[in-house]
Amino acid sequence: MGKKEMSTYHRPFPNTWWLKRKPYVLFMIRELTSVFVAGYCIFLLVFVYKLTQGADVYGNFIDALKSPSSVALHFIALAFVLYHTITWFNLTPKILVLYKGEERIPQGLVAGMFYAGWVVVSVIVALFVLGM
Amino acid sequence: MAKSNEPIWWSLFSAGGMVAAMILPVLIIITGILVPFGLVDDDPLNFERIYTALSQSYLIKLILFIVITLPLFHWAHRFRFTLVDVGLKSVSTLISILCYGGAIAGTIIAAIIFLRI
Repeated sequence: MGKKEMSTYHRPFPNTWWLKRKPYVLFMIRELTSVFVAGYCIFLLVFVYKLTQGADVYGNFIDALKSPSSVALHFIALAFVLYHTITWFNLTPKILVLYKGEERIPQGLVAGMFYAGWVVVSVIVALFVLGM
Repeated sequence: MAKSNEPIWWSLFSAGGMVAAMILPVLIIITGILVPFGLVDDDPLNFERIYTALSQSYLIKLILFIVITLPLFHWAHRFRFTLVDVGLKSVSTLISILCYGGAIAGTIIAAIIFLRI
């Protein structure tokens, strides 16, 4: 009963708050990269599903990768996922605090290790998937 | 302090975020640019090659399964808070159920599909 009367004042908070400043917009874009991350994972799942449906079905699916809509979607997904990668590696050193002896390893160096690891992993995945 | 499931979801979020950051860009470049534009030789995604690789190696299957499913939990955790941030706080429990439930459903579907290979 009395709960309502006692509640503190809440300043009205518009749902469009994130459009007010550039860092807020960038934050929202970063959060929305997760939609493209999940979307591409669902694409990968469909890829594996098509594989279970036999060579013809799978072949049609691979041919459809050449369609303009597929290429366009891939380009959009790539832009968002790259934004995810960059913001993720820049954020990780703030959470992953590493020390060498007493000294904290500089954040830039930790981020640099992740970027270097990313390049190595990407090259390995590419060579492996493309069978070179 | 009340018991919380938050550490589990956060761990899956960060593991999925790391997998996505490390591996998805190169895969998108392969399926979206290199293969469709014919920039690589010998049709590397041909049925025989991919089917053989996945059906004969549990390790490859497991890696691809992880690459597909962990980022779903990354999405679930991030998107949940995004929806709350844009004003859906009143239905935050429903949002949590839909987001994490979606990721769990995706994982189960993935498991079923992978077991068929």
